[in-house]
Amino acid sequence: MRTYLLPSLKLTIVLIIICSVLYPLLIAGIAKTSTGGGKGETIAVNGKIVGYANIGQKFTADKYFWARPSAVNYNAAGSGGSNKGPSNPDYLKDVQARVDTFLVHNPGIKKEQIPADLVTASGSGLDPDISVQAAKVQVPRVAKIRNRDEKELYELIEKVKMTPLFGFLGPEKVNVLKLNLALNQHN
Amino acid sequence: MNVELTGVIVTFAITLLLAIPFGKYIARVFNNERTWLDFISPVERFIFRICGIDATKEMNWKQHLTALLTINMLWFVYAFIMLLTQGHLFLNPDGNPSMSPDLSFNTAISFLVNCNLQDYSGETGATYLTQLAVLMFLHFVSAATGIAALVVVFNAMREGVSNKLGNFFVIFTKTITRILLPVSIVIAVLLVFNGTPASFDGKDTITTMQGDTIQVSRGPAAGLIAIKHLGTNGGGWFGANSAHPFENPNYFTNSVEIIAQVLLPIALIFALGFYLKRKRFGYVIFAVMTIGMLTFLIPTMISEIKGNPSITRMGIDQSAGSMEGKEVRLGVPASAYWSILTTVISTGSVNSMHDSSMPVSGAMQLLGMMTNAFYGGCGVGILNYYIFIIIAVFISGLMVGRTPEFLGRKIEAREMKIATLIALLHPFIILVGTALSSWTWVNHPNADWAVKPSTWLNNPGYHGFSEMLYQYTSCAANNGSGFEGLADNNIFWNVTTGFVMILGRFLPIIGPLAIAGILAKKKYIPESAGTLRTDTGTFGIMTYAVIMIIAALAFFPALVLGPLAEYFSLGH
Repeated sequence: MRTYLLPSLKLTIVLIIICSVLYPLLIAGIAKTSTGGGKGETIAVNGKIVGYANIGQKFTADKYFWARPSAVNYNAAGSGGSNKGPSNPDYLKDVQARVDTFLVHNPGIKKEQIPADLVTASGSGLDPDISVQAAKVQVPRVAKIRNRDEKELYELIEKVKMTPLFGFLGPEKVNVLKLNLALNQHN
Repeated sequence: MNVELTGVIVTFAITLLLAIPFGKYIARVFNNERTWLDFISPVERFIFRICGIDATKEMNWKQHLTALLTINMLWFVYAFIMLLTQGHLFLNPDGNPSMSPDLSFNTAISFLVNCNLQDYSGETGATYLTQLAVLMFLHFVSAATGIAALVVVFNAMREGVSNKLGNFFVIFTKTITRILLPVSIVIAVLLVFNGTPASFDGKDTITTMQGDTIQVSRGPAAGLIAIKHLGTNGGGWFGANSAHPFENPNYFTNSVEIIAQVLLPIALIFALGFYLKRKRFGYVIFAVMTIGMLTFLIPTMISEIKGNPSITRMGIDQSAGSMEGKEVRLGVPASAYWSILTTVISTGSVNSMHDSSMPVSGAMQLLGMMTNAFYGGCGVGILNYYIFIIIAVFISGLMVGRTPEFLGRKIEAREMKIATLIALLHPFIILVGTALSSWTWVNHPNADWAVKPSTWLNNPGYHGFSEMLYQYTSCAANNGSGFEGLADNNIFWNVTTGFVMILGRFLPIIGPLAIAGILAKKKYIPESAGTLRTDTGTFGIMTYAVIMIIAALAFFPALVLGPLAEYFSLGH
């Protein structure tokens, strides 16, 4: 064992320098040329940062398109899911309560129109997106409170929605922050 | 949904297209043949010189083990001290505290053994210094340790090698310089151009559109996320791991990360075929492992796409599948695929929360770790499979009435004893651990600890039991994923899982190395018509059966108490 101790120690020091100093510095350097410079891509309105493109925000007001429920209340200081099991009775009560709340705030919508992503928490608690159906089902409410034409809002969703990569890789989605920003700008 | 399934199939196809040439490349590296990275040879020679390593000195299996264990012990001491004092050290812009002794113990072991169970959350529990210089460092070296151990076994399988099995430090270092580091750089660059942070800035504070003041955790994460997948480590930068939109910003990065984590396990199988000049043997192993993986993937895919029957009964639209704990940008099929691959190989990174998976999926994720040999972790996957091959050779030999031989060497009592012990160790440490925690939970719910056992579980009933079973299975398999509802950052879990992780790592490395070393010294018997061939479909099926019987059936009672009982209680 003693024969190997000194080479092990020296090799450890050399590898810390290579893997933990040079490597991250190289990546940080390359990242400077990317959008956001490796600090995370931000979205600004009139020079003021309103959020990060990839980090979801809490939207609960009726005048905005709502985001998904979050186990960390959309505070990106941390992250995480609810970790509720599918048979947990308290969890199922929570989901039912969210369905009921949604129906109260969206009169005229039938419950089979509510997609599951609107009433379930994401894995990160910071999901920036909702499904296209989840955006569409909120149009009547948002249109009414903002005195806007529903058709115009459906078109807005079509404009903001992201189609799958190469047309077939991944689901269609709508970034809630971008949709609500577009909504405000349109007024 | 069909469109999304296509995405999964395309991802797997790309993995194969990359793995075959990569396997060839790996075989060339360890055969000392010419590769396009030869321009770094002077750097490697320089490293060996300043470290006092004689690259030409060959080692036998015992010397390999001694070197491996010595350097690992050193890393443990280093990691433990760093984590224990991180709050007082530099590169800590968020002012995170030091880890408690039991958490430092658990985390140091966890990353040392390539498990990467995380009883802390990256945003608040580690500093930039420890993330880079301890956790990411261990990502590199633990993966290289597993691969180096495997290469020694490869060497021992060759004809006429006896005691000359290469130099541990050389194999280990070249794994990093020729394989892990170059590929990690490529992956990290792909990640940063898709939005993963890589700068050293601390938390940002912003006011949202609705007027809430929130903080956004960041940091030099991209490099760590690259090696966490390539090295089948799985320990992420952020608490939510690859479900976090910074750690896995879009479907493209998701594909990159899922390909990165299975690339080496699959490439190493092909490398074995090329290295030993027994390509057929490699292909048979690959086929068995793929069938094993599909055995777990298909039921998971079906149950996740169908969604939660209790939510279906509420009458809402669940056509996108079970969305609790999943991300919209990744979708259900890609999340289901990930959850199985990350458990059959030993990565344990997650892009959805396994605690919220359907009961059938949970059972399949558990089985992935209980078998732990379908692809498996960097290097150690094939080592686990090697144990099952030895057992399958022995049983087949008995069935046909021949002396069991494997690659020209007789399998005798000593090798069989080692193989059997290693194969039984896995169920033993998992089931004893789960029994101990269940017993404590039932009999001492209000034990005078900082976290009382009665508050351990996040879910009642069968699912709560699954949370404990999953934790020990994940630790013994050195996987590191979790049913994260379990309150695991306390002395009971930190200490017990710490020991399970050590046993689950080093004994399954020592066992195969010993068997291979003993076999290498035996007389080589040339293949004849009477030899039991190990590169046939029949033998492949035999190995599959041995794995399923030993690994899966041993756990059947525990699976019945957990996920199966939950499945039937849900009503379908």
